[in-house]
Amino acid sequence: MIHASGLGKRYGAKRVLHGLDFELEQGGFLLVTGPNGSGKTTLLRLCAGLAAPTSGELDVRIDRARLGFVGHEPLVYRELTALENLDLYGRLYRVPERRERIGMLLERFQLWDARSERAGSFSRGMLQRLALCRAFLHEPELYVLDEPFSGLDEAGVELLDRELADRRANGTFVVATHDPARLERLATARIAFA
Amino acid sequence: MRRYAADVATLARKDLRLELRARDTLPAMLLFVVSALVVFHFAIPTGSSRLAASGLLWVAILFTALLGLGRAFVPEREHGVLDGLVLAPCDRSAIWLGKGLAALAFLVLAEVVALPAFALFFRGLDGATIAGVALANVGICLVGSFVAAMSIASRARELLLPLLFLPLAIPIVVGGVGASVASGAGRYLGFLALYDLVFAILCWASFEYVVTE
Repeated sequence: MIHASGLGKRYGAKRVLHGLDFELEQGGFLLVTGPNGSGKTTLLRLCAGLAAPTSGELDVRIDRARLGFVGHEPLVYRELTALENLDLYGRLYRVPERRERIGMLLERFQLWDARSERAGSFSRGMLQRLALCRAFLHEPELYVLDEPFSGLDEAGVELLDRELADRRANGTFVVATHDPARLERLATARIAFA
Repeated sequence: MRRYAADVATLARKDLRLELRARDTLPAMLLFVVSALVVFHFAIPTGSSRLAASGLLWVAILFTALLGLGRAFVPEREHGVLDGLVLAPCDRSAIWLGKGLAALAFLVLAEVVALPAFALFFRGLDGATIAGVALANVGICLVGSFVAAMSIASRARELLLPLLFLPLAIPIVVGGVGASVASGAGRYLGFLALYDLVFAILCWASFEYVVTE
């Protein structure tokens, strides 16, 4: 599903990625690890199509309608409620039975009671749960998740563990994390930045 | 086409809802345009020509629009939400058109107050002027939303927006003032309509490159 050859990315004079080669088959799980500033986020943004490589080739064979992305920011409007944010994305992604699906996700991620509250009033963990709802709303085939456990409490971490295990059979994953041990059992490929 | 229109409507509705909650663009535009007209009223000597008054109307409209356009992409910029919209499977130009329609709604609402205030302070407005304002609004909001999207990627966005937008708005002022004061207003209205059409096509075709690398 993803083929990278000699992949490189520069921001001005700063070289973030250089000569990266990897292949990820459909159904694979690529675990990306490394210290802060090593290029994990850049690699994930390249895979999601949010950035373009400055050298090499990157072929991501999937329509962006089938891609679910979780980044450092939850990508939700703070002035809108959880329900309104998910409804906006649900409309743009043409999610069938949108309301039912949004309700189901909000319940699963334990945000149902806060559905009518503005996202701006949410805690960091609640925003991360909302970001996960947004990314999973359209049942993507390729999941690009940058530190998906970030900000989650113990219950949230367990919930996401279960979600990833459930979705593992039907999806392809590129996940960057500082806690590789948690996802090691799911991984089929690894990139460890120095 | 229906799908595209639905995406544009969804995005424009979102912007209207955000403004309804935050109320930080429209009140500022209203206050600015009324204040500007009051200042112009006292700055211009009594008995000044209607030509000068017409020019002031267009200055007030343009800078009021600029005030609104400066805030157009603030919700997207503050928390990186633009990435979420760019990833969505809609045509990316729908983001621009939705934003342009929302900006148009704010500008029209500001003018609902500004035009009667202008008539009160300076002179009555004829049909050609109102038609000119309507056509100019479309051009201002479509081009302005495009330039606003370009400027959010820059650190000097507050400077970049007027620097890019005002030169592009010169033909709008020429057409608008011409429609307000010249005897052959039809020619100027046609010019404004042509401007709207040409720039709408250019913005629609190139917006994708503004929001992607």
